[in-house]
Amino acid sequence: MQNKAVPKPMKKTSGHDNRWGWFFTAPFGIIFIVFLVVPLIYAFYVSLFTYTQMRGTVFSGFANYARAFRDPIFLQGMGRVVVYTLVLVPVQLIFALLLALVLDAIKNKFASVSRLVIFLPYAVPVVIGALMWGFLYSKQMGPFTSIFALFGLPTPGFLTPNGIFGSLVNVVTWQWTGYYMVILYSALQSVPSELYESARIDGASEITIALRIKTPMISSSIVMVTIFSLIGTLQFYTEPMVLRNNAPSVIPPEYTPNMYAQALAFNYNQLNYSATVSFALGLIVVIFSIVFMRLTRNQSGLED
Amino acid sequence: MSENVAKTTNSGKRIHNGHRAPAIILLLVCMVYFLFPIWWLIVASTKSNAGLFSGSGGSMWFDKHFALWDNIRQLSTYEGGIYWQWLGNSFLYAVVGGLGATIVSVMAGYGFAKFRFVGRKMYFNIVLGSLMIPNTALVIPTFILMSQFGMTDTIWAVLLPSLLSPFGTYLMRVYCAGSLPDEMLEAARVDGAGELRTFFQVSLPIMTPAIATVFMLSVVGCWNNFFLPSVVLSNTKLFPITVGLTQWQVKSNMGSGAEQVWNLVTSGSLISVIPLVIVFLLLQRYWVGGITAGSVKG
Repeated sequence: MQNKAVPKPMKKTSGHDNRWGWFFTAPFGIIFIVFLVVPLIYAFYVSLFTYTQMRGTVFSGFANYARAFRDPIFLQGMGRVVVYTLVLVPVQLIFALLLALVLDAIKNKFASVSRLVIFLPYAVPVVIGALMWGFLYSKQMGPFTSIFALFGLPTPGFLTPNGIFGSLVNVVTWQWTGYYMVILYSALQSVPSELYESARIDGASEITIALRIKTPMISSSIVMVTIFSLIGTLQFYTEPMVLRNNAPSVIPPEYTPNMYAQALAFNYNQLNYSATVSFALGLIVVIFSIVFMRLTRNQSGLED
Repeated sequence: MSENVAKTTNSGKRIHNGHRAPAIILLLVCMVYFLFPIWWLIVASTKSNAGLFSGSGGSMWFDKHFALWDNIRQLSTYEGGIYWQWLGNSFLYAVVGGLGATIVSVMAGYGFAKFRFVGRKMYFNIVLGSLMIPNTALVIPTFILMSQFGMTDTIWAVLLPSLLSPFGTYLMRVYCAGSLPDEMLEAARVDGAGELRTFFQVSLPIMTPAIATVFMLSVVGCWNNFFLPSVVLSNTKLFPITVGLTQWQVKSNMGSGAEQVWNLVTSGSLISVIPLVIVFLLLQRYWVGGITAGSVKG
């Protein structure tokens, strides 16, 4: 594109490009600085201090970080979201990919209706989705007691210490799979059909075509979906926060790092340490994403 | 021509019947899974508080006593009809926040794609990098910062941070780079149009589908917003619907008798879901094309 421009106008546009480029990107830049850069720097700054009633606020260097990485509550919360991530990312990805491939292979009226239905939960706010599942999990108001009774089985304890992990995995899967499916499905629409028509004529089965031809063709979208769900799960907050109201004894207020940061700021009035937890969480998520991007460098759709 | 014929016959039997049955069964099962919570919500919103616990038709069917209208009436009076205020707030936050975020991202995406200005590379790489920063990690720091300026507990505390949309900017940049040829903008300039006129009259019309996508993603993002408003707001009159309904849920879980408003939580949830569902069904085609633009190398 660039070598098309003749040298003379290039020189002239340079100052012009500078002016207008900055003009168009300035509003974004200002918001970016005020609501992302400044809070990050401020959080880091605040995290370097400690407040005690005896001495007030004093500079304490990295002491808060040393505390965080020895703090069993923070480490447990972090461990929890890592386990959620390890389970949820593959579950959602495989489920969404399977649905996208099936819908792409069928492509009739029925398929387009199913596509809409599967996508519908995305239109439901996460809070409402979690509220609904909270009702459904309830022994008195939910349907599962009578459904399981039909088969003579006891109702599973959705909101018990053993059941809560699966229950939360289910809420997230219900909410987000359709969204990821739509991303993958529309990526499949841009795969040229000549690529697999010949394979089909050669007698390749639909399953082979789906796994060997279509899936590799949309790998950049798969990477993108994985990054979305990775980042989303590590900052797990809304769903456990809402279900906590139904099961306060099962989900402690420090269940995930984000919940812990909120509890520290509001229940324990430890703003400095709360900022430390937020900053540490952000840092860990960035590290996770970079590692993942490195591993999939050739496919990453977010590369420019 | 012959290719066309081949294609139609092919798509006529895309899948052998043997494969189709399992696929259809799978889709049916999934549809039940994705729909039944919504069905439950529809049924539940027609029940009274007592009906929710001991309805005659079980939890998946309507009670003898159809209480939807009573529930709506109660929504309008309970706590001075604050429910409608919450819904209005959510609309305000979603539309104003979504619109603002869209304008900012459209301008920035256009600027990044179409002007070779000094510092562009580094600037854009920083934006790309920021996609990885979890926005919830910014909530508490933003709150602490805002409280220094006395900005908490105002609508600005919710609206202003929602203008930040690195992903929208990224999508717009990819779209502009792919579908706005430099030659076309050059031609407009040669014709004597200024940059603003080129932007509004030549570029914007072409960017419409991507703008619609970014707008919708931003609106959904703002409508969903929960962590930030529940941290920065304490005045119940400013709550969005998400924070308000959770507050009623907490109240119902703890309180007894008149404090238990499960029927308001269910019917309130249903009503709040309807507008977005309708928008989605009407506009679904925009977003299928739009999000993928970001994942296809430009």
